[in-house]
Amino acid sequence: MSLSPVEGVALAEIESGGPEAPERKDVVGRSPGRLAWIRLRRDRTAMVSGGMLVFFMLLALAAPLVELLYGIGPKEQFQSLLDGFGMPLGYSGGVSGDHWFGLEPGLGRDIFIRLIYGLRTSLFIAFAAAVITATLGVVLGTLAGYLGGWLDAVINWITDLTLAMPFLVIALALTPTLVLRFYGEREAVSPAFGVAVLIGVFAIFGWTSTARLVRGQVIALREREFVEAARASGAGLGHMVFRQLLPNIWAPILVSFSLAVPQFITSEAALSFIGVGLSDETPSFGRMIYRSLDYLQTDPAYVFFPGITIFALVFAFNLFGDALRDALDPKSSR
Amino acid sequence: MSEVSVAPAADEPLLRVRGLAKHFPVRTGFRGQSLVRAVDGLDFDVRPGETLGLVGESGCGKTTTGRMLVRLLEPTAGTIEFEGRDITHAGRRQLRPLRQDLQIIFQDPYASLNPRHTVGRIIAMPLQVNGIEPPGGVKARVQELLEIVGLNPEHYNRYPHEFSGGQRQRIGIARALALRPKLIVADEPVSALDVSIQAQVVNLLRELQRDLGLAFVFIAHDLAVVRHFCQRVAVMYLGKIVEIGERVDIYERPQHPYTRALLSAIPDVTKLGPGGRIRLTGDVPTPLDPPSGCRFRTRCWKAQEICAAEEPALVSRGGGQATACHFPESGPVPGESVGPADVTVEEVSK
Repeated sequence: MSLSPVEGVALAEIESGGPEAPERKDVVGRSPGRLAWIRLRRDRTAMVSGGMLVFFMLLALAAPLVELLYGIGPKEQFQSLLDGFGMPLGYSGGVSGDHWFGLEPGLGRDIFIRLIYGLRTSLFIAFAAAVITATLGVVLGTLAGYLGGWLDAVINWITDLTLAMPFLVIALALTPTLVLRFYGEREAVSPAFGVAVLIGVFAIFGWTSTARLVRGQVIALREREFVEAARASGAGLGHMVFRQLLPNIWAPILVSFSLAVPQFITSEAALSFIGVGLSDETPSFGRMIYRSLDYLQTDPAYVFFPGITIFALVFAFNLFGDALRDALDPKSSR
Repeated sequence: MSEVSVAPAADEPLLRVRGLAKHFPVRTGFRGQSLVRAVDGLDFDVRPGETLGLVGESGCGKTTTGRMLVRLLEPTAGTIEFEGRDITHAGRRQLRPLRQDLQIIFQDPYASLNPRHTVGRIIAMPLQVNGIEPPGGVKARVQELLEIVGLNPEHYNRYPHEFSGGQRQRIGIARALALRPKLIVADEPVSALDVSIQAQVVNLLRELQRDLGLAFVFIAHDLAVVRHFCQRVAVMYLGKIVEIGERVDIYERPQHPYTRALLSAIPDVTKLGPGGRIRLTGDVPTPLDPPSGCRFRTRCWKAQEICAAEEPALVSRGGGQATACHFPESGPVPGESVGPADVTVEEVSK
């Protein structure tokens, strides 16, 4: 403002003289999101766990490609490599150059490629469930928190009701009933149907925590003066929610999302383990661990590979979620 | 400093408030419900280009009044007329054209700017929600506004956390100016700032008032700032206006005992010690159950039986000054020296 034209010219000359590009760029402010990203980049745990997650996701996405390169499908059986009792020949469950993680006892399927496909199933179910629950939670939480009144009361009541329902009992009761409803007693259940039921069960029970979190955040923000400033300017519901409120609660939503995914991975494994999840046809961690328990003493390698993979996956997710929270909210103490 | 340029009562008031009240229901006990009478019957006018100061201690209903004026709160009773139109219960659609004329500046510059938006987006927000495309584009208008409030126009891409408190308050002012309002409600706009910055912001507001012909309802508890900025002053106590009048009258010839007590409480370094200061005893009564009659009588040294029995009306005793008191006083406040305080503010601001 106070710069005279002469000074402006002088500044321009200085700028054109040297490498002044960073100076000019500095005027562009750094957004809170960008600052969080810089903090995340500095966090070694976040980078390592994030790298692992990217690796797992690429593997899951590229499962057919891996199959092509590996040369073995998830349903191929290698009975010739099993002994008379159905146990794989060779050391530690038949680990060899052809079968990197050995073979399943009994059916003789390749463990490595089944793990890759299991990873695909688990990650798909977990991500789909997390996306659905996050969306449901954000929509319901925002409506309850922002509009308040009777809508808030109704949504809170539904939340309490959902929380009061025993998850395992309902899952145990619901899954077979649904399967019977759509498929006959003896018909083969399609893998897609099993996956859809599982995602549905997670969606019904998973949205409550996000909804509560979002509702609380929205109520806290609703009274802030910048929201009132928007209201005083005549902003409508859409502007309020999408421009003023949601950009300020992305951080907790993102963190709860990244912590929900590993929870759904373990839940899927647990449900498949107790037999209400996926059928044996669909490769999944839960089914593999369930089958491997019969061979715990005779073939410990069978339980080792799926076990260590699911552990690494969930651990990486949790570490990354924690690091994300630290990066997004630097004020929260460790 | 021009003395009240607009002749009183010569033209139609911009804002006319009559019997404005806000009662908040609160639960008491298991089933009981009672009312907090935060604001209980206000009458005042604001003429175009005029600044009305609203002063009083914490909890007297100043902020509630300000929020009702811009319709952030729904009044319980009374009417608000803006340019002759009744806007007391207008819906969002009817308010839309009015929002442009009536804006608010908030107290806390740290809470009033969305931390996730750039300064440019914050200032452009009123334009955006009202679907206004200013000539020359939004960016040009934003930069123009930044320049008006004394910020670098190149900073429109920055985020609020990169600015100081005073700069943030300037951003809030720019946002309020974006729609070219006629009246701005300033809710303690300088209370959160330190003294040197206060003077800068007050001077900025005064320049804007002069250059753009804005009217202000200036809510504050700092009497020196109000004296510096406002042409007329209304003194509030427990949800009611106890005295309203021209600045000179209020500061030099206060009639209501409460105004006198308030003025005598202005700290003055030239006079140390309690000489001449009026000391009020006790606390402000609860607005849940305000005293009968005059609300100030529980703390007033002149209170008599009539004060409890009959509520004094806000009446004028000649001139533009109106007082709600049965036993109004006259003459200047004894222990108060207003002149030097005014000069100090002026000097700091230069």
